[in-house]
Amino acid sequence: MKILVTIKRVSDPEAKLKIRPDGTGIQTEGVKFVVNPFDEIAVEEALRIKEKHTGEVVVVSIGDKVVTEQIRAALAMGVDRGIFVNYTGSYDSYDVAGILAKVVEQEQPDIIILGKQAVDDDMGQAGFMLAEMLGYPQAAFASKVEISDDKKTAKVTREIDGGLETKEVGLPCIITADLRLNTPRYASLPNIMKAKQKPVKEVTVDALGAVVKPHVTIKKLTEPPKRKGGVKVESVQDLVGKLKNEAKVL
Amino acid sequence: MGNVIIICEHKNGELVKQGLSAVKAGIDVAKGTGGKSCILVMGSGMDSVKESASHYGTDMVLLVDDPALAGYTAEAYTIAAHEAIKSMQASLVLSTTSAFSKELLPRLAVRLKAGMVSDVLSISTDGGKASGFSRAMWAGSMVSDVSVDGEVIIATVRGTAFEHAPRVDTASEVKQVSVTINTQALRAKQLEVLEHKSTRPQLADAGIIVSGGRGLKGPDGFKIIEKLADLLGAAVGASRAAVDAGWVPNDLQVGQTGKIVAPGLYIAVGISGAIQHVAGMKDSKTIVAINKDPDAPIFQIADYGLVADFAKAVPELVEEIKKVK
Repeated sequence: MKILVTIKRVSDPEAKLKIRPDGTGIQTEGVKFVVNPFDEIAVEEALRIKEKHTGEVVVVSIGDKVVTEQIRAALAMGVDRGIFVNYTGSYDSYDVAGILAKVVEQEQPDIIILGKQAVDDDMGQAGFMLAEMLGYPQAAFASKVEISDDKKTAKVTREIDGGLETKEVGLPCIITADLRLNTPRYASLPNIMKAKQKPVKEVTVDALGAVVKPHVTIKKLTEPPKRKGGVKVESVQDLVGKLKNEAKVL
Repeated sequence: MGNVIIICEHKNGELVKQGLSAVKAGIDVAKGTGGKSCILVMGSGMDSVKESASHYGTDMVLLVDDPALAGYTAEAYTIAAHEAIKSMQASLVLSTTSAFSKELLPRLAVRLKAGMVSDVLSISTDGGKASGFSRAMWAGSMVSDVSVDGEVIIATVRGTAFEHAPRVDTASEVKQVSVTINTQALRAKQLEVLEHKSTRPQLADAGIIVSGGRGLKGPDGFKIIEKLADLLGAAVGASRAAVDAGWVPNDLQVGQTGKIVAPGLYIAVGISGAIQHVAGMKDSKTIVAINKDPDAPIFQIADYGLVADFAKAVPELVEEIKKVK
């Protein structure tokens, strides 16, 4: 089986961010960047499927040269090879799906796994847009994935509002990874060394034949007003008194 | 001056309450642009949903009632929604952010060749169309103003950022749309839905939420805060740590990647206050934090902080509240 996993380079979720002087993005100097946590879960799931059913795991990332750091991080987890789509212009989720659709056309994977959302922009669209572009079925917010013995279908448990759903999708399909799908492995030192030798193919958007034309543009970023902390109360009685008489919520 | 379509989820024959935020947002946009507002509901055996949907003050209701839609799949519902919308001269398609809309609207966006914005906090109108949206990024540490090009715009709206459309007596005009869906060709089938059964209110609808985190140390800790929740008629929520540990079901997770809530009173018990959790509850009106670590970041945003061991403080709180209620 061939499994394609998409990974996005995002600022460390714990990083303190500042707005760029032009107001349309964040300052990246001094900020640590990581693989989007949901994409790490996607990589882990792909590796587990490969370990069980044999095959190949390929990762793809879009951006400027620095995203190869995140590709190497995935290779160090055990991914076989990487595809680096070199693109430095602006794009939206629709464009990302369009680029990925061209990569899928070339690679013809059986399963494509994405994180359910990127923790920087929280858009959560690209996977489902990709599915529609390709005419593939999708299993969103997966917490459990089982591939059938004949490798023709996947039975996926999904986290939905108010509970869980199981869905059967035919391969090839799109799966998006939710938090409870697995716990990603750490890269071992030998695997980090090996990752340096693994192939990463660089391609351009033009060579892929993708058209990038963003619909969605960020005009301005602002920091929302910070919520002010209140007071520490000394006792439970004190708390109840304040909730009743001051906040009037009891 | 296009029309505004609001895609609504339904359950047990009625519109899901949180969906009414998008209905309100849609009606307001239509007023601003001069277009018509229109609820779209899809499913199989829709008589009572039709009745429910027609009483929220929209100009129209679009109804797709087809056996092929009996078990929900995003694949089939995308086709149905597209068929229903394509003759409507829509300029904006909305739905409240939910597990349903998050996976359905991006597919629909591709069918309509439209750009999409997720989980918006506000919508402005200008020149007869929706012109600007604001939304949270980086776990709510930034708000972005975005514009979207194209004849049609797709957006999900954050339920807590818009009021619910009230129920009205007059009934909207209902237009039934027929669709042809070859379910075999979709290669997707819903097998089972396992609902997490609870007699407590849903997180999205609750006026009070009592949430627990890692500090509760296990499912037994949740039993203690559940007593407080039941006394207050509150919903129970959880931090990611508590859900990951398997102490409570996944759909109770409050935070950036779980549910985003804004109740009148949010009581955080044994929750440290990681930015990802705070992103999901910082718009609550009054926040109470109970934590034995005086340096826990949650105290920086709580209106009332109590440094205490929850196992002692929460039962005491239950007794004190009983006295004053």
